[in-house]
Order: sequence, then structure tokens, then C-alpha cells
Amino acid sequence: MSESSPFWTAMFYLGVVLIVVIAVYPFYYAIVTSFETGTALFTPSLWPENFSWTNYVAVFTGRNFLRSVANSVLVAGVTVVASLFFAVTASYALARVRFRGRGPLLMMILGVSMFPQIAVLSGLYELVNWLGIYNTPVALMLSYTIFTLPFTVWVLTTFMRDLPVEIEEAAIVDGASPWVIITQVFLPLLWPALVTTGLLAFIGAWNEFLFALTFTVSETQRTVPVAIALLSGASQQEIPWGPIMAASVVVTVPLIVLVLIFQRKIVAGLTAGGVKG
Amino acid sequence: MTTTVAAAPRGDVGQDRSLQAQRARAAFWFLAPMLVMLILVAAWPLFRSISFSFTDATADTIFNGQSEWVGFANYLEMRVRDSGEVRWRGVLVDPDWWNAVWNTVRFAFVSVAFETVLGLLVALVLNAEFKGRGIVRAAILIPWAIPTIVSARMWGWMLNDQFGVINYMLQGMGIIDQPIAWTARPDTAMIAVLIVDIWKTTPFMALLILAGLQMIPRDMYEAARLDGVHPVRVFFKVTLPLLRPALLVAVIFRILDALRIFDLIYVLTPRSEGTVTMSVLSYLQLQQFGDYGEGSAQSTLLFLIITLFVTLYIWLGRVDLSGDRS
Repeated sequence: MSESSPFWTAMFYLGVVLIVVIAVYPFYYAIVTSFETGTALFTPSLWPENFSWTNYVAVFTGRNFLRSVANSVLVAGVTVVASLFFAVTASYALARVRFRGRGPLLMMILGVSMFPQIAVLSGLYELVNWLGIYNTPVALMLSYTIFTLPFTVWVLTTFMRDLPVEIEEAAIVDGASPWVIITQVFLPLLWPALVTTGLLAFIGAWNEFLFALTFTVSETQRTVPVAIALLSGASQQEIPWGPIMAASVVVTVPLIVLVLIFQRKIVAGLTAGGVKG
Repeated sequence: MTTTVAAAPRGDVGQDRSLQAQRARAAFWFLAPMLVMLILVAAWPLFRSISFSFTDATADTIFNGQSEWVGFANYLEMRVRDSGEVRWRGVLVDPDWWNAVWNTVRFAFVSVAFETVLGLLVALVLNAEFKGRGIVRAAILIPWAIPTIVSARMWGWMLNDQFGVINYMLQGMGIIDQPIAWTARPDTAMIAVLIVDIWKTTPFMALLILAGLQMIPRDMYEAARLDGVHPVRVFFKVTLPLLRPALLVAVIFRILDALRIFDLIYVLTPRSEGTVTMSVLSYLQLQQFGDYGEGSAQSTLLFLIITLFVTLYIWLGRVDLSGDRS
């Protein structure tokens, strides 16, 4: 920026400010709304006009909201831990061992991570009913592996492939078994990657909507996205915007905090899944 | 650089062989649990969904096995009436289906086009060195971190016809005289969906493109600068060609995502003819009307379209499947 004219420097910073405002304002407005009640709610303003916690109290006291949060935490947590467990061993094999059919297998995993959820919906619906887990969190834990597992396998494989050969050589010479190599040699090195992948998979599972909408019916079994999507008043005209915004803020703030803490790692994880040409 | 251990570096050939065999056996057992999971939750349900599309299954008959095989009737069927009149029925002649296809394609094309251009701009900004870059990067991560359902409701409120802040601002600036019912009107519903999707996904695009930008060696710019090449020319002659592979992969990746869009549209503009996409239509067919035959036929068609794009992605993106890094 040092050699540009003052005009272009000003334009550049104007653009920067514009980007920040557009990115941040909608969520800020949701926060403002969540602290307003009564008529203040219906007059757009930059600050909360009559600051009150009423909407938050309404959200936490009624309508199984805490139950939904607990469901979401449980479902996303179990899904991620299970996926990571399956993915660590699988990605070791995919990244470190040469065997026939490895290319097609990787291609298949990448394919699964991209195919539309709706394509398996009726088949999964049948499976979930047949297993007797319809309308339980287990149905969601099972069905979410369809997108968390391929993703974690893919990213961990890319990561493990980049680790130097030498770290494994010594262990092989010492006659260590592959299991020992994974748990003693790779796992300690994998922690950063596991945290990133796990976090991204957690966000994916936390936000999932289609399966949660289809495989749960009772309010007590709902996850957060379904609860927020179906939060409505007696009629179209009476949508409870205040509580909806309060609930939205409650479930989004922890995500934003996590993402900001891990931002560098997340960007690395996203690009490992996306562009690795 | 090769990172795959083919065999132990020392030891005689026979030992190498047995080691390799041992590792291959171990690999099989390491892969088995993942494969079993994927077969259970992906391959089998997909197979069943495709099977349903060839039956007359409904919400009632799906479990008791009383549905019957109808061949391609859910896709396309010719019926000749007694009067000799020929009638076609099935998804492929259903105007609702073609409306959904058109909506999906329109949505995917416009959203990805905007996200690419805006994402490129944001990435170029983030690639420059200036004070407060960290803040900008943190700020653009916020739309990405917000759950889709939450952004749908947030924007639903901002785009509200009576009390929405968007109408308030536009009226304040004198751009519109009357409040617009953005999400309800058939001609603006798609615009509303596009605004929210572009807002939410441009950051993702920007980060992918930024990763590509950062792989371009700095001395390329340095050389161009010393030669006195105009920055705009540098962008088109140096940056863009070098960025092409990363850009291409990111675009196809996003198209795949856009083609299967469901949650944003289902929550922001429910029951709107102007935005219903293939995923939404198929969902309504399955869950609302309990028509598992036709609903599965629709989802199978979407699956085929996306498979086509996945193939394109793997082929064009030259995704490295060999396991060796070049």
C-alpha cells in the first residue's frame, strides 16, 4: 500500500470497512433485536432501545430449548468422536500403506462426502425405522456419519501423507506393529489435525437440518436448528421474533468464539478439504 | 516428495516382502470399520432410495413390503386412454419438477458467480498487507460460523415486510416507496435467498481463494513491479492465470453445494414456487405427501446430476488420488 496515491488508499480502506460492516452487521442486528421487547422490537434501531432480558428468559424457561441444546451437544459430540475414531485408523492405511485399489477407494470417499443428503433420505428413513431408533438421538448420530466420516478421513489422510517418512522408519526397524505405530508415533503428532477436523465436523453436525427434521418428531428429541426453524407463534402474523433472535444468539455465540479461537487452524482444515490440487 | 513408505529401508528382500504383506493386512483391518460404516449409512440407503424410485411405495407401504415394482413409471410413463389419447406422466413431464430444476440451476449459477467474484475481491484485500488485516479476517469468519438455519431466520427478520430493517433502510434512502415482502413475493423470493446465501458463503470462497493466492510466489509480483507493469495488468496476466486451478476447484466445490441446497430455502421462503429446489421438492414429496416412489425418483435424478459434477470435479481438479504428492 506504500506507493499508492492517497485516493486509492482511502478507497481501499473504504472497501475494508464495507466488508467488515456487511459481515458483522446482520448478527449484530440479531443481538440488538434479542434485547428488545414490545414496540421497540418493531422499530429498527442501532442500539437496543429498552434493554431487557425478557426474550432470553422466555427462551430458557419454555419450549424444551435447553433439551434441544443438550440433544445437539450429545449428537454432535458422539458423532465427532466416533468419526475420528474410525478415521484415524482408516486414514493411516490410506496415507501410509500402499495397496491395490487405494485410488478408487479415496475417490469413493470423496464422492460420498459430496453427494446430496436427500438422495439417501428415503433409504435412511427405512433403515432408521427398521433399527427402531426413529425419533431418538441415535438416529441422528448414525446418519450424521454419512458426512462427518468421509470428511474426517479425507482431511486426516491429506495431513498424514505430509508427515515425513523418517518418523515411521525407526519404529518399523524396531519391529513395531502398525497399531503401535498409529498410537505411539502418529497420534501424538496428529493432535492439532484432530482438533481442527473434529471442530469442523462438530460444526457440520451441530448445523445439520434435513436429517434432524426428518428423523425426529417430538419436541423433546429435536436438535437446535430444528427447534429454531420451527419456533413459531399461533399464526403467521405472530412470529415471536424476539425469542427467535435470543435463541439464535445463544446457539451462535459459542460457535463464533470457537471459530475465532481456532481461526488459523480452521482455514488450514478447510483448504485441505477443498483445494489440494 | 514421496511420503509413502513402501518397505523398510533396511533388511533383505524377503523381509521387505513379509513386512509389506503384514502392512497390507493391517491396512485392511484398519479400513474395515470405516467401510462397514459407510456401507451401512451411505451405500445401502442410497441403494434403497434408488430401489424405491422404481416402486409405488407410500408412507404406508414402505414398511410392510406391499409396494409394487412399477419400473420407470415414476420417471416417465405413457398411458393410452380408450379414446386413443396418449398421456405422459412421471417426474420427467412434471412441470413442478422442471420448475425446481430451473430454480436450482438459476440459484447455483447466480450464487456461485457472485460468490466467486466477491470472494476474489475479499481475498485480494486479505492478501494485501495493511493494519487491521486480522480483524477483517476474523470478521468475515462470522457469517461462515453462523448456522444456516440461524442466518435464514436472522435475514427473515431483516427482510420482514412490515418491520424489517432492510425495507426501513431502502425507504430511508428513497430507493423504494413501499415496503417489499421480500420472502413472500414470487419475484423477490429468489433474490432474498441469493442475498443470504451470498452473504453466508462468500467468506468460505474468499478463504479458499486466499489459500490459492498465498501459493503464488511473492517474487513474481516483485519482478512485475520492478518492470513497471500496471497492477491491473499484473492481476490479469500473473495472478489470475496462476490462480486458475485453485479457483476452478473452489467453483466446482461450491456448485456441488449449491445444487443440493435445502435448509436455507425451506426456512427462509417456505412454500414459495419461485425458490423451491430439487432437494426441497423431493423432501416435500417424501415427507409431506408420503409419495416415496416419486420422491425417490426426484432424489435419484438429483443424485445423478451431482454425480456428473463430482466426476467433473475429480477430473478437472486433478484431485490427487495416487497418495503421492507431486
